Amino acid sequence: MSIRHSLLALLQDQPRYGYQLRVEFENRTGATWPLNIGQVYTTLDRLERDGLVAREGDDGGGHVVYSITAEGAAEVQGWFAAPVERNNPPRNELAIKLALAVTLPGVDVQAIIQAQRVASIRALQDYTKARRDTAANQRTADTAWLLVLDSLIFQTEAEVRWLDLCEARMVQQAQSAGQGAARKTSNGVTEDAAPLNADNRR
Amino acid sequence: MSVRGPQQVLELARVSRTFGEGATAVAALRDVDLTIAAGEFVAVMGPSGSGKSSLLALAGGLDRPTSGGVFVESTPLAGLGLNELARLRRRAVGYVFQDFNLVPTLTAAENVALPLELDGAAARKAGRQALDALRQVGIPELADRFMDQMSGGQQQRVAIARAIVGQRRLILADEPTGALDSTTGHGVMEVLRSRADSGSAVMLVTHEARHAAWADRVVFLRDGRIVDQAAAMHDPTFLLTQAGL
Repeated sequence: MSIRHSLLALLQDQPRYGYQLRVEFENRTGATWPLNIGQVYTTLDRLERDGLVAREGDDGGGHVVYSITAEGAAEVQGWFAAPVERNNPPRNELAIKLALAVTLPGVDVQAIIQAQRVASIRALQDYTKARRDTAANQRTADTAWLLVLDSLIFQTEAEVRWLDLCEARMVQQAQSAGQGAARKTSNGVTEDAAPLNADNRR
Repeated sequence: MSVRGPQQVLELARVSRTFGEGATAVAALRDVDLTIAAGEFVAVMGPSGSGKSSLLALAGGLDRPTSGGVFVESTPLAGLGLNELARLRRRAVGYVFQDFNLVPTLTAAENVALPLELDGAAARKAGRQALDALRQVGIPELADRFMDQMSGGQQQRVAIARAIVGQRRLILADEPTGALDSTTGHGVMEVLRSRADSGSAVMLVTHEARHAAWADRVVFLRDGRIVDQAAAMHDPTFLLTQAGL
């Protein structure tokens, strides 16, 4: 997540001080990704160092107010214009876990898939409930939060579909391996045709 | 032993359903226990062949179990004759099928009023209730249209209105969003949800996680058995920690 660009975008709206930036960010994203106030200040320092924001001085209440520079505005424009980078996919613990599970003996992959499915559906239930409740309020201020919730719903749904696919693949693999084993036995060949972990699945 | 309180609309007690006999017998359901209370929305998920549709058919009295008991509002379905069973289905149970099963020569309102009229309700009263059901699914203005004058999504709403018309306390839906686009599918879920919120028991069979997520409880079937259940926590802290990764 680019805190740097998010803060710049908020400053393009109007000059603000650190705490205001944090509140504004959380309002617009439904507090889905809580911002640490320390992160806000260090980011502002760096933005100032790079000439993307400038101090406007004190607001009278002891807060240092920042405004965006022309360079900063160009940076925000570039951020909005460019698609999000995908060349470095974030580490997906679930994919890693399953990839390891299918290659290790004695791991019940189907149990892992089912446990994850229950957890994912539960999360999906909560996101869906939150979305329903938020939409029922019909406040324009909630539009941004609804978009974030939609994104979480799609991501979680994709995860469940992927789990279904993993499971279907494993069942298919176990079945074709089982058929292979039966054929070999009838031919009198005793070679072990069981796939990895076939004994754990049914 | 479970207590059959008045709030319990559907109960399946150690229900098994086997098709065929002897060596070729196939068990569609094995020892399934499931209860759905008034106001509760339960989704049933599972791979094809896991027993989802069998479960729905038994719950609605469209099929009888090989062993075990099915109770609708505390009435054991096994004790009912065919006529009594048909009457219970018309009065207490509403079905939504993937193919809408609507009568093309009747208007939307007439289709919705049909189960009430079959049950002996006066035409005027049935018509009033049909219009109310069409209002609940958001299409009262289409009451006088025939099926070939409506889109697939609109027809599905008529099918749902027919399922909820009158005092149906148990709504059973089998992949009711099958042929619909996602916006219309969302609308279907809203209707089912609001029926549950106003006191009906709803059972939805689906393979779509995003639809199952509207339910209070998701039941997972595999090889005819319930292997897991997921209940929503409705816990905002959970939401934030999940999302705040």
